[in-house]
Formats: sequence, structure tokens, C-alpha cells
Amino acid sequence: MIKKGISRLYLFLIFAFLYLPIIVLIALSFNNSRTKVKWGGFTFQWYLGCFQNEAIMSAFMTTLQITFLSAIISTLIGTLAAFGIASMKKKGQAVYLGATNIPMLNADIVTGISMMLLFVKFMDLGFVTVLIAHITFSIPYVILNVLPKLKAVNRSTYEAALDLGASPSYAFYKVTWPEIRPAVFSGFMMAVTMSLDDFSITYFTKGAGVNTLSTMLYTELRKGVKPELYALSTILFFAVLLILLAGNVRPGRKPN
Amino acid sequence: MSEMGQKKMSKHLIDFIDISKSFEQTPVLDEFNLYIRENEFLTLLGPSGCGKTTTLRMLGGFETPDSGQIFFDGKDITYLPANERKLNTVFQKYSLFPHMSIAENIAFGLKISRKSKSYIDDKIKYALKLVNLDGYEKRSVHSLSGGQQQRIAIARAIVNEPKVLLLDEPLGALDLKLRQNMQYELIRLKEELGITFVYVTHDQEEALTMSDTIVVMNQGYIQQIGTPEDIYNEPENAFVADFIGHSNIIDGIMITDRLVEILGVKMPCVDEGFGENTPVDVVIRPEDVELVEPADGYMEGDVTSLIFKGVHYELDVQANGYEWLVHTTKYVPVGTHVGIKVIPFNIQIMHKPESSDERAVEIDE
Repeated sequence: MIKKGISRLYLFLIFAFLYLPIIVLIALSFNNSRTKVKWGGFTFQWYLGCFQNEAIMSAFMTTLQITFLSAIISTLIGTLAAFGIASMKKKGQAVYLGATNIPMLNADIVTGISMMLLFVKFMDLGFVTVLIAHITFSIPYVILNVLPKLKAVNRSTYEAALDLGASPSYAFYKVTWPEIRPAVFSGFMMAVTMSLDDFSITYFTKGAGVNTLSTMLYTELRKGVKPELYALSTILFFAVLLILLAGNVRPGRKPN
Repeated sequence: MSEMGQKKMSKHLIDFIDISKSFEQTPVLDEFNLYIRENEFLTLLGPSGCGKTTTLRMLGGFETPDSGQIFFDGKDITYLPANERKLNTVFQKYSLFPHMSIAENIAFGLKISRKSKSYIDDKIKYALKLVNLDGYEKRSVHSLSGGQQQRIAIARAIVNEPKVLLLDEPLGALDLKLRQNMQYELIRLKEELGITFVYVTHDQEEALTMSDTIVVMNQGYIQQIGTPEDIYNEPENAFVADFIGHSNIIDGIMITDRLVEILGVKMPCVDEGFGENTPVDVVIRPEDVELVEPADGYMEGDVTSLIFKGVHYELDVQANGYEWLVHTTKYVPVGTHVGIKVIPFNIQIMHKPESSDERAVEIDE
């Protein structure tokens, strides 16, 4: 009895620590009062203000572009890389996988600074540098998603297709692609999430004038806390949540 | 290269000429030569790593030799891509397309060759009937057992009417009973379709049951080519004798024509022409060892183990420092003192593998 109570309490505490801050933020985004300590009634005005704010909307558009461009390009490169790694020998695989994993474990701020130092040598910081940076840090996640699936896919199905007269490209399109598509899709979703999520690397590589939602939030918060930003944060949170859900209940995933 | 035993059938359909192949400096095939006749059921038999699968994959177009040529129907196909070869393969791991229905799997090759819808439908029906799976068109791959999947893989290959069907250990993953059934099915299919089968296996029983011709391979070299009867009754060397069935393989000395000495005992045999006092390998099959009264045999020994095998008992008999493997239908309890006798006709004499054309004979126990 007591044991059960303790375990429930434990669970409750975990979820409280995880979600209470976000719940507070969400609640405040609907609070019709400029102060954080008083509940002034329910309102949508911060959301409206959010959509009418030009800086926010421009940051939002930039974010959309960066996110989808970087996700598409990194999915393409990452998937091709996974094919390459999968066809290597064991030893080569370990080396290359290690090499792609290290940037993932590296502190974001270190990656950000080092990218900035590299970029300023060759070009002006701006939209393109942010895009390159996002592509770079997303690729390992795509590889991590696609590679295990690619290894699980029986290579002999591809050979069987060739054997039955299929050209290599037809065999890939008809046989290999349908099998790895879910993994490529979840790799893409992962890249979208990572890109939306990133602050540090974007902050160092963006230069002046370009802002994504996260960097804009940061600059605005330094000037003072505005309730519009709660609304924006809430939107951001639900956007990421939706993408994660979409990635998990993806179509074409049949139970075996 | 021995051509002994290859049945006089029709013309050569496939020729391997001086094929050599290495994987990372490890030679797999060395100057390999073989021909396959039209309508032949030819089996490449050998332990893993003997080069049999590599040979088949070269024929299928999934590997290219380092040197040498492969001819198919008179044309050089050594470097022809797999999708342009007029032969189909049944793979070891079934390799059905999991996201397609059974009908779609079977229709795959026919759609590529742009056959009409009605032709394809007829072919699917015909092929499913042939492999005893009528009505399975709409089923998914996952709902089929291993044996059923293997039959679909066969159906998918034969609807394309290949001149040659390549089978890479297709029954390896099936249980014993199913395997035996499928062996009969394959023989029936071969008769019905009238095409050439090239079959790869490490299972000697499978090879003996189904083949017209068996090619016994070891470490990239052909050890013997012959009919199942040839291979079983007249193994050319100790490797073949050992691989094709459990045998007593004993060091011996050919004293003179028709007389051999093993384990210190001289025995009359029927072989001639080995010279005098020549070291040889002597093969005596377990079923050819007769157990008699101790005084009546060539040597005396004691039964050390007895296993009931259904049709016969399998015995170990310790005699003159050698453990004889004996198959007999009589019950002889452990500890019985017996005599061992072999009639001259059942003593097989073989050269020791020293000459260069009997390369890579090695028996791993």
C-alpha cells in the first residue's frame, strides 16, 4: 500500500518537473494581464499580437525556410551517406559512424563557435551560413535513422529484383525504397525537430539581420519579457510536439 | 578435368572457362572449369567456403570473375548485368518483396517484360498451381510459412520461363520433413518444366536425391564430377568419400595388386594398378562392414556404442586401434566381442592426395 503510494508520488514528481514549467508558460500565454503573478482572465490577445508583430512573422518565415530546406537537403545527403556506410566493411563502418557521431555529442556552443570562425573566413554570415550549419548538424541524425533500417533490409531482395530483369534504378525504386521509406521519413522529421530546436549554433552563425524564432525570442527576452513571447513559445512547443507525434505514428508502419 | 560420369545428354548450355576469383586476396576459385548441359539437374556440393555459392553468383551475374570467361548458349556473358541474363535465381533467404502481395511478387518479372494483364494473371495462376499454393494471390508475404515463402520464390522465378533456374541452398532453412517434400517437388518441377537446374547445397543427401550430376567442390577446386551413383560408390578421393557419407577412411598400404594391408591385417580387394607397397586411403562404408564370430573375421574387436537409427543400428567397434563405424540391422549389445569382415568388392582403394590434380583435399573433422 505504502509502496504503491510512494511509487505514484515518484511518478508524479517526475512528470511535474518535466511538464510544470511548460504548463506555466502555456497558462501565462492565455493570461489577460501583463504581470506574471496575477491571473487576469482568459485571452487570445497575445496570440493575435504575435501574428501582427512583423519581427515575429519574419523570424517565423525564416525559420520555416531554414527548417525545411535544411531537413530536405540533410535527409538527401544523410540517406546517401547511410547507403555508403552500409556497404562498407565492419571496420570502415565503425570509423565513419564514429566520425559522424562526434559532432552530435559535441557541445552545441562549441560547434557554433567553430562554424562561425570557419564561415567568417569565406563569406558573410547570414541565411546561407545558418542553412549550411543546420544541414551539417542534422545529417548525423538522418544517418542514425536510416542506417539500421538499411542494414535490416535484406540485400538479396534488391538482387532478386535485378535477377527478375529490373534495371538497378527500377529495382531501387520498386524494392529498396519502399522498405526504407519510413526510416527516411523519420530521419527527415528528426532533422526538422533538430533544426526548429536549435538556438546556440544558429545564434553564432546567423550574423546580423537574420533571425529564427529561437534567436529572436532570445533577443526580445533580453529587452524585457512580453506576453507575446509566451504565446510564441507555446506555438513553438506545440509545433515540435506535433512533428514528434507525426514522426511516431507515421503511415506505412505495419505491425509484423 | 574429369568429365567422367557426366551423362550424355544434350549440348553444353553453360561453360565456365578458367575462372579465378579472390575476395581480398583469399582465392575462392582457381582456374575453375565446368560445363553444364541442357536439361541437366546439376548440383554443386561442398562445405561452406568451397566456392559453390560464388560459382552460382557469377552465373547469376552478381559477381564477376577476376579472370576467365562464362559462356551461356554460346555467348560470352562474363560481364553481362544480372538483369539481362536469361536465367532466374531462387535465393537462400527467400527474398520475397515484403511490401507486395504474393501475386505482385510473382508478376514482378512479367511486368518488367511488359506482358499483357491477362497473360500475367494466367501465369500467376499456373505458377501457384505448380507449387501447390492455389488461391494465395492476395496473401501477404508475412502470413506465409518459410516453406510457403520458398515455393513462392520458386514460382516467381519460373513464370519468367528461364532457360536455367539457379537455386542457392533453397531448402536450407526448412525443417527435415518439409525439406524432403520440397526435394520431391523440385524433381517434379524439373520434369514438368524441362529446364536446366543448377543447385547449390552442402547437404549430400539432398544432392544424391535430386541430381543428374553432382560436382563435389572443396576450397575452390572440383574434387569429383559424376552421377550420384558414381559419387557414392566410387569416390575419387578421401574428401569425397568422407563428405558424401560417414565412412571408415583408413590409412593403408597397397601390398600388390588385389591385396591391401590396413591396421596390420592383409585383406584381398579388387583394385589393381597402384604399384607395390604404395600408401593409399582405404574407404569402407559402414553398411559394408560385416560383424561375424570373432574367429571368422579379419580382426577382433568390442562394440563400444550402439544407437538405434530406425532402419538400422549404428555401432562403434574398437578393433586394432581403430574405431569402426558399422551399420547393421542386427542388435549387437555394447561389450560384445565380434569379428570384422569385409568382402573384397566393398573395399575402396584411393590414391593419397599428393598429385597436383587432386588439390585442396583436406578433411576437417
